[in-house]
Amino acid sequence: MSEQQLFKVTIDNITIEVAPGTTILEAARKIGGEVAPPAMCYYSKLKGSGGKCRTCLVEVSKGSEKDPRPMPKLVASCRTTVMDGMEVKNITSERVVDARAGVVELLLINHPLDCPVCDQAGECHLQDLSYEHGNAGTRYEFQRRTFKKHDLGQYIQLHMTRCILCYRCVFTADQLTNKREHGVLDRGDHAQIATFIEKNLDNDFIGNVIDVCPVGALTDKTFRFKNRVWFLKPVNAHCDCPKCSGKVTLWYRGEEVFRVTARKDQWGEVEDWICNECRFDKKKTSDWVIEGPREISRQSVISLNHYVGMQKPKETFEAVMDGRKPRMFMDIHDVSEVNRPDVDLSLIDGPAHSDDFNKTNKKD
Amino acid sequence: MGIKLLLDKAHVEGIRSYEVYRREGGYRSVEKALKELGPEAIVEEVKKSGLRGRGGAGFPTGMKWSFIAKPEGVPRHLVCNADESEPGTFKDRYLMEFLPHLLIEGLIVSSYALGSNATYIYIRGEYAWIPDILEEAIAEAKANGWLGKNILGTGFDLEIYVQRGAGAYICGEETALIESLEGKRGNPRIKPPFPAVKGLWDRPTVVNNVETLAAVVPIINMGGEEYAKIGVGKSTGTKLISACGNINKPGVFEIDMTISVEEFIYSDEYCGGIRNGKRLKACIPGGSSVPILPANKLFKTAKGETRYMNYESLADGGFASGTMMGSGGFIVLDEDQSVVKHTYTLARFYRHESCGQCSPCREGTGWMEKILKRILEGKGKMSDIDLLWDIQRKIEGNTICPLGDAAAWPVAAAIRHFRDEFEWYVNNPELCLTSNYGLAHYADPLEVVTA
Ligand SMILES: Cc1cc2nc3c(=O)[nH]c(=O)nc-3n(C[C@H](O)[C@H](O)[C@H](O)COP(=O)(O)O)c2cc1C
Ligand code: SF4
Ligand code: SF4
Ligand code: FES
Repeated sequence: MSEQQLFKVTIDNITIEVAPGTTILEAARKIGGEVAPPAMCYYSKLKGSGGKCRTCLVEVSKGSEKDPRPMPKLVASCRTTVMDGMEVKNITSERVVDARAGVVELLLINHPLDCPVCDQAGECHLQDLSYEHGNAGTRYEFQRRTFKKHDLGQYIQLHMTRCILCYRCVFTADQLTNKREHGVLDRGDHAQIATFIEKNLDNDFIGNVIDVCPVGALTDKTFRFKNRVWFLKPVNAHCDCPKCSGKVTLWYRGEEVFRVTARKDQWGEVEDWICNECRFDKKKTSDWVIEGPREISRQSVISLNHYVGMQKPKETFEAVMDGRKPRMFMDIHDVSEVNRPDVDLSLIDGPAHSDDFNKTNKKD
Repeated sequence: MGIKLLLDKAHVEGIRSYEVYRREGGYRSVEKALKELGPEAIVEEVKKSGLRGRGGAGFPTGMKWSFIAKPEGVPRHLVCNADESEPGTFKDRYLMEFLPHLLIEGLIVSSYALGSNATYIYIRGEYAWIPDILEEAIAEAKANGWLGKNILGTGFDLEIYVQRGAGAYICGEETALIESLEGKRGNPRIKPPFPAVKGLWDRPTVVNNVETLAAVVPIINMGGEEYAKIGVGKSTGTKLISACGNINKPGVFEIDMTISVEEFIYSDEYCGGIRNGKRLKACIPGGSSVPILPANKLFKTAKGETRYMNYESLADGGFASGTMMGSGGFIVLDEDQSVVKHTYTLARFYRHESCGQCSPCREGTGWMEKILKRILEGKGKMSDIDLLWDIQRKIEGNTICPLGDAAAWPVAAAIRHFRDEFEWYVNNPELCLTSNYGLAHYADPLEVVTA
């Protein structure tokens, strides 16, 4: 193979050499850390993805060695390829930080921050993004979008209120399954993910839409609300599957496999797609050959575990709502069997386990 | 009488039919282009003419044509953008309805220049009756040997197809138009690659506006150099302006771009002045997406010079004191009009037409609409005005396609030039629903202009 000429690109004052055709985002990911812009819609494994959410905007302060003029507008780093000598500002650009905060505010207009009841909490890219770039409050005071419940079949549940229209699931369905059955209906802020006339999503590989969804809009019916990810132990395992690579992560609590997912890298992207059977039907340890614990490098709370000191929570609701009083739609005790008023979590030694809720654990 | 290159035959009886059009000198440019010039020379003539795209952005057409990639063995396409959905713009409709053969003629010459054997007219769904007119003209042209196989014995084959859109503004954006032509949802594509490299079915494609393509006919007939002598500076040739609003004579006018804005509004040849003897309050000169200008900034540039109806003069001063030529949809507001109401109407339009792909446009347009509605209903707050400003700023320049800018600019310009009017709405909640805010409430009376 002949020597390929590499392009030099400097991102936030760090220089790296990459092959021509590399996007700014991929180059930044090679450097890693904070230099890598957040990405809500780009997914390196999906052809044509990216460009839509606008969270990865960066400033190109020097176009290239040949044409050093800066680019006038911020560009989507996930869809802009590097030029030799390009200089890019990500977190070192005030314009970028400002624009990104704007995107976050806009994304949160129609995305409730109901992390406490969302199945994606702990693994949610939007949660990270709003934590890093968002404001404490919102200036939006109108009614949010609401949707009729839409059943997508036996495996997958759609919570359209949480969808940020990143199109990842549409690309996944388009590129991985032999029959695409869902897509985007309507335009603008009425746009929604939907199936064609209430069809089921039951193609062999359709389960992957759950893994690619950056938020909690698509959830696994065999797992949802059964546990919080930070109580689970991820373990790499494989099986001899005729349809897919069979390489998965099992999520254990005690002896029980609660969830099976594809293995995700530090950017939250799957390493190999897996089939529905592996994901939804093989929930016994005996179905798998266990390889060992999986290290989670980012994009999940379980990669953190570095709590420093203790902070008492304070009431933030009113402050966040700009002085407006919250309206309570429900009392969690009315709808949840789990949070029984007679169970006092603080009295339980260690994390709560399903057994704890079966016993009557009265305060004394 | 100003010079007319496109509409000079528009009032000839029966000009829609092939016989009359041909008798009046039609299709001469095809003979000249195919027999005398050849593709490269046509592109040269168009370059020399200085013609700028009439679809809105004003990009030089000859240059755009010279960018088209020419990979061996790959077909190329020309697409005529007849989507014309910009509020206030209706010039292409006039052209197609009354002079269908002029467009077909322009399409044949342009297709030949670009090497397109299959050319498409993508026409907006609401123009329900025009496709029939175009198809009839295409059939006549074909029957007379201007279309089909081996045109004029030159070996050049061409078919023109008319495709109706389903009525979405976004399908006028060239890449969304291409997606729609391919049978998909009309979402704009992310550029690059540009259509000139990868367009319709991934083949090199040029998308041009109806008026742009029609203008190729006089350019070939009279030669690019002669064409460039009409107009001024980089605004060469003639431009169709569709004028509407509170004027005495709404309609489609062909202007050479040397007349002043004041003359255009007040002279009898064009708009004929403001209706009912009212005073002029403001004008959106280039279709709904370009910034609105108050009367006192419309006739004079910031330097105090006369403002003319051309690309440079209208844009003089940038967004602080200027606007844009855009598509030439000239919307005039008299003293009784409420800028806040108009801005709300536009915001509603852009919200409805956002394709929904990118977050700033999808969410931002809806938010702006809701705030404007609240202000109009007398429930606005002073902070809403700054909030609107902030939202439009976060949309502008950060979206996939220019619809985001198109939605942001009207709001920005309205606040920039008519902030006191927004404040009036906030301060007079009880009057909002009953009064049509106009000059009557305007603290700072506008300059009174006489013809
Ligand atoms: C949202 C949007 C809508 C547009 N609608 C139209 C249209 O209806 N007609 C048109 O000719 N150009 C329209 N354009 C501009 C086209 O994208 C394109 O620039 C134009 O067709 C190029 O033709 P020209 O070079 O001849 O001007 C629109 C652009 C945007 C962003
Ligand atoms: S459902 Fe999830 S993956 Fe699909 S578009 Fe919405 S946010 Fe993206
Ligand atoms: S700017 Fe608006 S219309 Fe254009 S791609 Fe984005 S969402 Fe769609
Ligand atoms: S990740 Fe680049 S725009 Fe969404």
